[in-house]
Order: sequence, then C-alpha cells, then structure tokens
Amino acid sequence: MRGVLACVLGGLVIKSVVLRLALAAAVAIAASAASAQTLNTIKSRGGINCGSNGTLAGFGLPDSQGRWTGLDVDFCKALAAAIFNDPNKAKFVPLTAKDRFTALQSGEVDVLARNTTWTSSRDTSLGLNFTAINYFDGQGFIVRKALKVNSALELGDAAVCVQQGTTTELNLADYFRANKMKLKTVTFATSTEALKAYDAGRCDAYTTDASGLAGERLRLANVNDHIILPEVISKEPLGPAVRHGDDQWFDIVKWTHYAMVNAEEFGITQANVDDQKKSDNPDIKRLLGTEGKHGEALGLSDDWAYRIIKHVGNYGEAFERNVGQGSPLKIARGLNGLWNKGGLQFAPPVR
Amino acid sequence: MSDIATTTDAKLMAGQAFVRARPIVPLPPPLTEAGAIGWVRKNLFSSTLNVALTVVCAALIVWLVPPLVKFLLIDAVWTGTSRVDCLPRPDYPEVGACWAFVIDRINFFTYGFYPIEERWRVNVFFVLLAAGVAWMAWLDAPRRDLGVIYFFVVMPVASLILLLGWPLIGLEKVPTTSWGGVLVTVVVSAVGIVFSLPIGIVLALGRRSRMPAVRLFSVIFIEFVRGVPLITVLFMASVMLPLFVPETWSPDKLLRALVGVSLFASAYMAEVVRAGLQAIPKGQYEAAMAVGLSYWKTMGLVVLPQALKITIPNIVNTTIGLFKDTTLVFIVGIFDFLMTIEASRVDPNWATPGISTTGYAFAAIFYLIFCYGMSRYARFVEARLAAGDRR
Repeated sequence: MRGVLACVLGGLVIKSVVLRLALAAAVAIAASAASAQTLNTIKSRGGINCGSNGTLAGFGLPDSQGRWTGLDVDFCKALAAAIFNDPNKAKFVPLTAKDRFTALQSGEVDVLARNTTWTSSRDTSLGLNFTAINYFDGQGFIVRKALKVNSALELGDAAVCVQQGTTTELNLADYFRANKMKLKTVTFATSTEALKAYDAGRCDAYTTDASGLAGERLRLANVNDHIILPEVISKEPLGPAVRHGDDQWFDIVKWTHYAMVNAEEFGITQANVDDQKKSDNPDIKRLLGTEGKHGEALGLSDDWAYRIIKHVGNYGEAFERNVGQGSPLKIARGLNGLWNKGGLQFAPPVR
Repeated sequence: MSDIATTTDAKLMAGQAFVRARPIVPLPPPLTEAGAIGWVRKNLFSSTLNVALTVVCAALIVWLVPPLVKFLLIDAVWTGTSRVDCLPRPDYPEVGACWAFVIDRINFFTYGFYPIEERWRVNVFFVLLAAGVAWMAWLDAPRRDLGVIYFFVVMPVASLILLLGWPLIGLEKVPTTSWGGVLVTVVVSAVGIVFSLPIGIVLALGRRSRMPAVRLFSVIFIEFVRGVPLITVLFMASVMLPLFVPETWSPDKLLRALVGVSLFASAYMAEVVRAGLQAIPKGQYEAAMAVGLSYWKTMGLVVLPQALKITIPNIVNTTIGLFKDTTLVFIVGIFDFLMTIEASRVDPNWATPGISTTGYAFAAIFYLIFCYGMSRYARFVEARLAAGDRR
C-alpha cells in the first residue's frame, strides 16, 4: 500500500514540472484577477480563509476533536483577531504541498500559512509575496547517544537514513561533499520507513527538517537514547505568503507577525496585556494603540495589536505552546529566539 | 437390540421361508468416510496437490494468526490518555496496538473538522442514509417504490441541506473544507456509486447505439476516462481548473472531486454493463421487437433486467474498487477517513513506534468490514435472482 502510494507520489513529482510551467502561464492571468480588495472581501465574507497544513505536528494539525492547532494556525487566528476581534473567524483549508500555490493564486485562500519555505523563485515567478519569517527551520540530524557523536562534522563514514527524492537528500550530499566526508545514504520512499530503518539500527543517523525531527523522534522506541545534533545544514525560512498585487493585505499579514514579536520583546503577554495598556512606555503605547493611529494606517482599528495579544498571545507564547516547552515537541528557541536573546526574530518598530 | 429383533423375526416366521419384515439396521459408515475425519479426508487431503495446499495454508495460519491476535488483542492498550500509556514499560515490555489512541481520536476519524456543536447533523445524515440503504437493500421491504423516491430524491436533498447548512432555517453553514473522516468517505462513495450506475448504463447503451453521434461520444468518453488515472482526474480538477476560471465560478473542492470520481466510475461501470448486454442472446432482442416493444421498453423490460442480473458480481466488484479508490482524494487535500488517520499518527501527543501500525490496522478493519459486507450482500442478491435458473 505505502509502496503504491510512493509510486503515485513519485509520478506527481514529474508532473509537478509540467504543472509549474502551466502555473507560470496562469499566474499572469491570476495576478491581474487578484484584486487589491482582499481586506474588504474578507470583511464582507465574515472570515479569513487560511491555507494550512493538516499533517505537520506543531504547525498545523487537528487535535482529537478535530480542532486546528499549531504555530501557523495561531498565526491565522491572530489575523482574524486583528480584523474581527474574534480568532474563530479564521477558517482553515487543508492544502497539500502540490495545490497550495494554486489555492492562493486562484483566491481559494487569502493567506498561505503552511510552513512554506521562502525561496526566490516562489517570491517572484510564482507570484507570491512572503510576508515575514515565522519559523527559521533547517535540516538537522538525529543520532544514537551511544555513538558519542557531538557534531555533524563527526559523521564521516556514517550511514544516514533519508527520504529519497527530496531536497533533504540533496542537502545531505552537498554538506558531506563540502566537508570532504564520506557519505553512505540509505534512502526510503517515505519518512516513516526511513525513521523505522534508523530505529532498527540500519543507519547511524537520520536526517530531515529540524522541526520534523522533533516530532518524528517521538516515534522512536526509546526517545532518550537519541540526540539531535546542533548543526543545521540548510536554510528553510518558513513564513506566511500572500498573492502579488494587494499591498494593503500584504502589510496587514506582515505586521501581524511583527506585532507578536514586538509584544514579546516588550514583555506583553496574553495575561498582562490589559495591565500593559496602562503602561507609560511609549513603545508599548504605540503598539497597543493607546497612542497614535497606527492601526488605522493598516486599514484596521487602532487596538489591532491588543486584540492579537489578547486572543492569541505574543510570538513567544505561540511558539512555546505549539512547538516549544509547552508541547511534546520541546523545540528550543534557537534561531527563533528574539534578536536580543541570540535568535533571529526581529521586528521593525511600530511608530 | 439386534438380538431381540432377530428372535422376534424368527418367532413370527416359524415354519416358513425366512422373510425379513423390518429393514435391517444399517451399519455406521466407515470412520474414514463420514464425520469429521471423512470431511477432512475428502476436502483437505484428497490428492497430493490438496495435501500440499492444506499444509501451506495451515503453516500460513500458524505463522500469521497468533502474532496478529497478540498484537491486536492480547498486547493491545485499551485505555490511556497520551503516548506514555502506549510506550513499553518494564512491567509491560511488549506493547501491541494502541486502541486508546483510536478511542481518543474516534470523533476526528468520524467527523473530521466538522464543528463540534453541529455534529448531530452528521449523525442524522448517517441515520437517513442507513435507513435509505436498508429500505433499498431489503428486497421484501414494504413500499419499495416510495423507497426509491426517498433514496434518490428526498434523502440527497435533505442530506445536502443538513450537511451544508441553510441559515434560513437556522442551520449554520458548514463549508466542505470542514468535512472530513468517515463522513467524506461515505459521501464520496455514496455519490460515486449512486451516479455511476445510471450514467454507466446510459453510456453502455450509447456505445451500442446505432446513432453515430451518440456512439462516438460514448466511445470517446469511456476510452478517454479509462485511459487516464483517477489521480490525474482529481489533480486536474483541483489544481488546474481553478486557475482557468474566475474565482467566483470555481466550484467547491469537494464537489470537483465528487464529479471526478463519479465520471471516472461511470466509464468503468459502462464497460461492465456492456459486457452484460453482449451476453444477452440476440433472440431476446428480436423477440422483444417481434411483440412490438419500443427501444426503451425492449431495454427496460427485457434486456437490462437480464443483463444487470448477470453482471451483479462485476458491478459489485467495481463498486468495491470505487469505495477503496475514494482514499485517493487525499491527494487534493480532502480529509477522507484514511487521511484523518494519516494526520493523527503524526500527532506528538500520541506518537509512539507502534502508532502508525495501529492507525493502519484500524483503517484496514474499517475497509474490510464495509467491503466484505458489500460482497456478502451481492452474493445474497445473486443467489436470489438466480433462483429461476436453478430449476
């Protein structure tokens, strides 16, 4: 069954080349069709359509009752909170990696928050605008503690389990060649099989995106016998994307992320946001809308950021709840920490 | 007993030739021919080939069944709230299926993302559908003519209003992107099965028609659809179609998949029905014509009843295939039953080494029950309709 599936997916990879050509042709039509009226459409519809991943732990996944959870999901809820003061106005459309761009282009969804890697070609020829990076991901390794390996640079001659036909496989080969190490890859059609093989001892290491590693690790027989190596060998900046052609909507999506990051920097949390509203700090006053007309300039109300924090929380809270210490994934902040705490999350000031 | 009988016989027949008045009590058949041993000898060990097959099958059963029972029942975890309960512990070293996970997730498997407070509507739909199927499937049910109207008109309209919502009568709208799980599998299969048979019959008749335009259309449609994989049809419908029509025209994603699946199944059904049509002797057509029946009456009263009867095994075969093919809608991001399992097994709250196996085992049991049910029912109908042939 899984073999057949892999076969089918393999076929789709080939088809995706054809598809991309067709997409490029269609983008021209679609881009002109995409009106600069996304916000009005959303308001008259009474809800935001978010393109989401339904099968990625920590980013977009249904819970046992079928409610959406995850970092990308919380981002959409933040958007809904900013516009409607109601996070439940975010409607989620599950998309696959194949149809996500079409769905955005054709207007089926207003924003694509589906752990999509920001690349130059997607930003240009696919007609997307990436707004901000809400998760800095990269490819990582997991090894057995018993190997006593502390760095990926010590993996020379190691057998590495990897899913075939992915950029992960190519990155792996590049990394080993660049560091003049001998590589023995053991490839599998699906990540599930690759992980099983690693668990069964057929490889010394298993590699995939670091965020995925944190979730898949839990399917190992003995989680505590394994360690994720500190090296990240590729850049996978993930962020929400919108269509070309509507700058106002682009701004709203971008500043929703920045509001959450700024809130964390100023120490504003879901719990203390009401107290912070009385703060004398001019930065906080501008962010929460007690001073200036910054929300109006976006086409929203001035307390837009207050609404986001009140309903969803700041970036750090969303991170810890979905992928950090408050979740089973227990991913460290690392690159996703604030800029003044050793990470890369930096937001321009509201003023 | 036999001693007494003999003495009585002798007394009665004294002085005459021996005539047996009562039948002799038959001896029991030899042990090797009757009873359990005889059955085993006759059915399992009658020839060298049979002996070999029996041994192979027995070996397979011994090899497969005990581990399966151990995994699915004996070592299984039935209660629990998170992955910790399904992990091996010192006092529970071998963990089998994690049914606690399935129990925890059963609502998601059944309803998908359907809003929690609106799920009663899905339950009502299941009841309506079950009632309709029972009415149609029970051949001696009363007023089956009303049943047809209910099944093909009342129920679909009621279900549509119920599931999609109608704000005018107080039912909140639920977009199809929120549908999922068994609901989607049942909707896609039911629509596919219900539409494919009539369209298939029309296409089959069209392909055998003497009107060139009709015949050409049918041939092109059937051959084109049969020449393309279902995945391509779904993929085109969901990825390419929206790019070429304005946003407001773009039909709903689930609707696109429904149309794709129905048309796809129709082409296969058409060929199945055509096989049945060709098996009907020419005399039947000629006889119908001789008594002055029109084309539609010939088909409706004489040919199709016979053709459909002999194609029941193939129709059911296509239906079962369609039921399982509905899982392919996952490729366009529709959360059918299998996809909900796929999404659940990556949930870090439940991720353990055995969770994927548990999920797939549950899916296998689900599909097995439905498909086996369909095939048993078909056998029953077949046997009943064939009663006339057995005279």
